[in-house]
Amino acid sequence: MSTIAPQVVTTEFTPTGSRQMDDDSIRTNDLNLWYGDFQALMNVSVNIKKGIITGLIGPSGCGKTTLLRCFNRINERYGNVTTTGDIEILEKNIYDSDVSVRQLRRSIGMVFQRPNPLPISIYDNVLFGMGIHDADKSLSKSNRNDIVEKSLREVDLWNTVKDRLKSRATTLTLEQQQKLCIARLLPLKPDIILMDEPCSALDAEGIEKVENLIESLRDDYTVVIVTHNMAQARRATDECIFMLLGEIIEHSKTSELFLNPQHEKTEMYIQGRYG
Amino acid sequence: MSETTPTVDSDFSLRRGIQKVVDFMEPAIVGLIYLCGWSAIIFVMAIFFFVFKESLPAITGIEEIGGGVDAEVEKLDLVEFTTSPKWIPESAKKPTFGILALMLGTLSVTVLSMVIAVPLGLGAAVYVSEFAKGKSREILKVLIELLAAIPSVVWGFIGLVVMNPMIVDVTGEPVGLNILNAGIVLALMSVPIIVSVSEDALRAVPDSFREAGIALGANRWEMVYKVLFPAAKNGLLAAVLLGIGRGIGETMAVLMCTGHSVNMPTSIFDPVRTLTATIAAELGEAVRGDMHYHTLFLIGVVLFVFAFVINLTADLIVKGIKVQENE
Repeated sequence: MSTIAPQVVTTEFTPTGSRQMDDDSIRTNDLNLWYGDFQALMNVSVNIKKGIITGLIGPSGCGKTTLLRCFNRINERYGNVTTTGDIEILEKNIYDSDVSVRQLRRSIGMVFQRPNPLPISIYDNVLFGMGIHDADKSLSKSNRNDIVEKSLREVDLWNTVKDRLKSRATTLTLEQQQKLCIARLLPLKPDIILMDEPCSALDAEGIEKVENLIESLRDDYTVVIVTHNMAQARRATDECIFMLLGEIIEHSKTSELFLNPQHEKTEMYIQGRYG
Repeated sequence: MSETTPTVDSDFSLRRGIQKVVDFMEPAIVGLIYLCGWSAIIFVMAIFFFVFKESLPAITGIEEIGGGVDAEVEKLDLVEFTTSPKWIPESAKKPTFGILALMLGTLSVTVLSMVIAVPLGLGAAVYVSEFAKGKSREILKVLIELLAAIPSVVWGFIGLVVMNPMIVDVTGEPVGLNILNAGIVLALMSVPIIVSVSEDALRAVPDSFREAGIALGANRWEMVYKVLFPAAKNGLLAAVLLGIGRGIGETMAVLMCTGHSVNMPTSIFDPVRTLTATIAAELGEAVRGDMHYHTLFLIGVVLFVFAFVINLTADLIVKGIKVQENE
């Protein structure tokens, strides 16, 4: 865990309950999800391990983004979503009534398909989450500067933007914007970072740099990454989950999944025969 | 097949005929559309030219009396015009043309109306664009548009007949026609403009910004306050400026609600008179070619300048949004 802002650990999403499966970060049990009448997830039961990069792969519309968006309950902003089953994150069911969605989203960061820095300065973007969680009230200006510098260094952006921290974040290149979107999660010290096709808006060079960044996040964070790009899943993930039509078909180590897929459908998909 | 061939042929020739007519009409239609586009500019320029020309003798002291002959008329004291609170145009002894009290009347009513209308309008816009769903949103939007369609004389009537006794009852003032009354009525009149322009601005904020805020743990209020307002600030500012423009230009409702008495305002319970209401009430009575007549037109020029500056500012701000979006 990086050591940004030691003052703010007091109000973190604190898991309680049994601790028998310590190395699982996210566990779902018979998760079903409907958008109106359309069932997008069917009996999804999956364990995602702590401290590694897990890829969610599958053809368009297979439910991988939906599953990802369940983990921080951001799906709920569309009113017509119905969910059954359990999601346990760090040993705590996130649908329990005593769970604060705010704290949940603090401990689970999310990176989106299209870089979406807010139209405020780079500096304020990095500190935005701190402001939301009232974690910045007790901080002095130099503390804040330290946090911004550390976060931006961690995503390898500091040297590029240190002279224009006050300029609008939307003036950065897409690659820099996406890095900034990762950097703004770090001051909140999340346990899990969800990424929804984080490289699909970037060019080849940007993809490489952001992938290297994601690599470097392993160990400190649990990373779940949705990707369309087979080669990327192969390069950048430790484990892969293959989904089809709302169901989990196969979940195994990336090397095994690509070299020795257990299911015919997985094999067909990774060979590019459909999807 | 042989039976259908003539039909196809005649169909083809008919189409060619239509094509010929279209080719012939095309330049005429283009010309008509050009004319429509330019007419707006021509009308505005013509109005400005007329108002300015009618006010000019008050400044230069020279009036054209026809046949290329100029006559000297009394000149307006511009210092008195802008700094004197006395507006006594029909005095037999010494007419005084000071619009300070009138300007302050317009200013006080507009400021009060904005103090009421801006929070109300922005709140309503936030509700309609972010919180209301489905049918209630559609109904609200229609009702708000309807509010904009109420004629200003009806608003004035409400101020005179409904608000007036209410203000007397609540505050104990002898008369309820004052800045407060006009400010409230004018606020209700500006709200629809503020709502519809700022709602457009809020809905133009990409959804990805909202998701960014929510995913970082913001609740709905923080999302509005910390994400949407900064993102839509130019559009919201333009909405407020358009509301101010409405307030300054409104005539009938303020004529009926302010009490229409020349007065330097000291509290919101003072009756005042506005620039617009003065023109509306006195132009019909003023002797054509008289100093009073020219001075009323000069007030028109002052209003023109106000409106122009506000609209230009709003326009530049809205253009500013587009430049940023293109970045």
